[in-house]
Amino acid sequence: MDITFKNVSFVYQQHSPFAHRALDKLDLHIPSGSFVAVVGHTGSGKSTLIQHLNGLVRPTEGDVWIGDFHLNAEHKPKNMKELRSKVGVVFQYPEHQLFEETVEKDIRFGPKNFGVGDREIQRRVKEVLPSVGLTEDFLDRSPFDLSGGQMRRVAIAGVLATKPDVLVLDEPTAGLDPRGQKEMMEMFYAAHQEQKLTTILVTHSMEDAATYADHVIILNKGTKYMEGKPEAVFVQKEALQQVQLDVPEVVRFLDLFEKKFGMSIPYRRQSVKDIAKAIEKVMTGGSGHE
Amino acid sequence: MRSKLIEFRNVSFRYGEEQPWVLKDCSFEIYENEWVAIIGHNGSGKSTIAKLMNGLLFPQRGEIFIDQKPVTPDTIWEVRKDVGMVFQNPDNQFVGTTVQDDVAFGMENRGFTRTEMLTRLEEVLAAVGMPAYRQTEPHRLSGGQKQRVAIASVLAVSPQVIILDEATAMLDPKGRQRIMQTIKDVQHSKDITLLTITHDLHEIVQADRVIVMNDGQLWDEGLPREVFSKKDGLKEIGLDTPFISSLAEELKLAGISLTQEPLNHEELLEDLWTLHSRT
Amino acid sequence: MNNALVIGQYVPGNSLIHRLDPRTKITIIFFFVFIVFFANNFWSYAILTVFALASLFTSRVPIRFILKGLMPVWFLIIFTFILHMIVTKEGTPVFNIFTFTVYSGGILQGFAISMRFFLLILVTSLLTLTTTPIEITDAIEELLHPLKKVRFPVHELALMMSISLRFIPTLLQETEKISKAQASRGVDFRTGPIKERVQAVVPLLVPLFVSAFKRAEELAMAMEARGYQGGQGRTKLRELKIGKRDIFVYCLFIGVVIGLLFIRN
Repeated sequence: MDITFKNVSFVYQQHSPFAHRALDKLDLHIPSGSFVAVVGHTGSGKSTLIQHLNGLVRPTEGDVWIGDFHLNAEHKPKNMKELRSKVGVVFQYPEHQLFEETVEKDIRFGPKNFGVGDREIQRRVKEVLPSVGLTEDFLDRSPFDLSGGQMRRVAIAGVLATKPDVLVLDEPTAGLDPRGQKEMMEMFYAAHQEQKLTTILVTHSMEDAATYADHVIILNKGTKYMEGKPEAVFVQKEALQQVQLDVPEVVRFLDLFEKKFGMSIPYRRQSVKDIAKAIEKVMTGGSGHE
Repeated sequence: MRSKLIEFRNVSFRYGEEQPWVLKDCSFEIYENEWVAIIGHNGSGKSTIAKLMNGLLFPQRGEIFIDQKPVTPDTIWEVRKDVGMVFQNPDNQFVGTTVQDDVAFGMENRGFTRTEMLTRLEEVLAAVGMPAYRQTEPHRLSGGQKQRVAIASVLAVSPQVIILDEATAMLDPKGRQRIMQTIKDVQHSKDITLLTITHDLHEIVQADRVIVMNDGQLWDEGLPREVFSKKDGLKEIGLDTPFISSLAEELKLAGISLTQEPLNHEELLEDLWTLHSRT
Repeated sequence: MNNALVIGQYVPGNSLIHRLDPRTKITIIFFFVFIVFFANNFWSYAILTVFALASLFTSRVPIRFILKGLMPVWFLIIFTFILHMIVTKEGTPVFNIFTFTVYSGGILQGFAISMRFFLLILVTSLLTLTTTPIEITDAIEELLHPLKKVRFPVHELALMMSISLRFIPTLLQETEKISKAQASRGVDFRTGPIKERVQAVVPLLVPLFVSAFKRAEELAMAMEARGYQGGQGRTKLRELKIGKRDIFVYCLFIGVVIGLLFIRN
């Protein structure tokens, strides 16, 4: 599903002394099937943006299209449930939404609400478990007896079981240790490719954005500050620092390298190995440019 | 000779009879005024260590000493005067209805006079860079600001050691940086022993010493540089090596012989530059 | 975001009323509630009204906040008025509605009773409008202090109140977060038959309880780590002080009481 925001503003508590403009004339377009990272410091409007994607809030001004669903201040799609079944949202610390007695019941909860048949749910439960790295032994256990990381996987399974077209991820690796973070991101990336999802990753991690996304949108003060391919956006050190963001560590290193050696190794999202090779070339007298 | 401040002697711990051991026969020492980082994956037992240190939990086997005193149910209130703690969740340790009430909480518990509280309040809020927020309510603060208040609260009662138990885990990168900076400032300006518990290898760079935990056991102990050089091992126990170490590794594989394990960008570049000028 | 409205609708300010010791305010309101029932003629009501309105103007709280506070009780005040007007059969008949004859005494009586109501609500809401919840908590702790002798857990009660105050905004944010997460999983809190809507609350309440327990546990641990071991030997940062202005207000109030006792029939 294509996602389009046109001139979208959102004001919390309008007409009150506490009015706060969270989105300000935001325009953006996310083509179907892409993996987009939305990056911005705390308070840049990221979470408000997410809530527009499945109709939890509607714009105060402007228009939002999620596929054929149209949202604006006056217009609310009649089939809101259908929209929510098409857009799966993994909120920050999704394990906090677990409530059922067993893992299985919790995974079934979403699809059941969206009116999926029992047989089909059964099939989906079996299907999503391995993709979140859990086995069927977990199904009868209480989600509250699991470790934090496992609980999060159950919650994510519950979202994937609704078979969304669009997957929205809000800081999905927060609080996990490095291995957990990596596994989690690999898992989403696999799901993105296998199920041809449109994935929107909201993150603070420039590294994750650079590794997985094919398009990056930088948000600041509720509006689009920059966008483009990660390799184009992440080299703009000054512009990013303006909005309190850091460039990925690799870019920082390459920048220092250029200053020291007077030769540049352009950032192309290459692997650490390739960077080492490029450095080796410079060291042995070759040029940084291949 | 440096004096021992904390000592673990063959400590084992589990949450219940039927439960698996969370800590298995751990022994280590922490000396006065040093900064020790404990690192390990989630569930490696590192947070349990923190809770044992000020008597929030007691080991089934072995002994723990803080400043020569054994930690027992009889000594915990004494021990807690020496050991201050900052926990992971910024919200669940904020007791006061405003910043100043929260900072005062620990002082009130220890019976400080009001005049003393006011002086220290000024001082510690300045130390963590939050003097403008005295009257602010917690829900108007960011996670990072709350953690700085938590650090101020601990500083206010001047313990000998401060333990930060994954205090940055729930913060955004900027908040994390500020907390690490605050910690560094505090360590510079005060005679204090610092124990940071983390799973982020970036946060151990500035420590004097690192203890690596894995599955309840001491996996390694040494200087940050030494720990960083054990990349494969670290990866095996679920810890990621920082970019700079991975790069150093790849450079070695590419045939560049570095003189030392780099801790940061500058060190690596300096090393490369020296090698470069020689050729 | 809307926390400002939820916690006791405190309106920040620096007026005389704001700066009074909360114990003064609570004591005076306590006695005011009593003496309102002593009023029984025009002048006695007048003196109380003047006192209440003067306090209101001194506080410089915008009138609309007062009106907002009165909103839920307007109905009650009007209802009381009508009830007394219809039921009291004294004085001369004035007019008829439906089958009821309204007497002059009824109007007066209705007026008097609803006036009492109005004054009570005005004055008590002035307390919450000019005093932060935590000040009220402190004052209650101080005022109940004598009960410690009979082992009433005054300190614990006050601590409980202040921690609840501290966590109300946090739990509200949490409620909003979880209800949004569940709405995203297809829960409909707003439409559908009653039975379904009641069922829809379960996925909201269970996570809230789980999280509240977890918070309580962690908070208890943090408090213990920070040396909390009950009220014994504890000192306090926030202190309450009876100042000149408090004495002045007490005197004024005693004047009002004496005046009232003279004027009433």
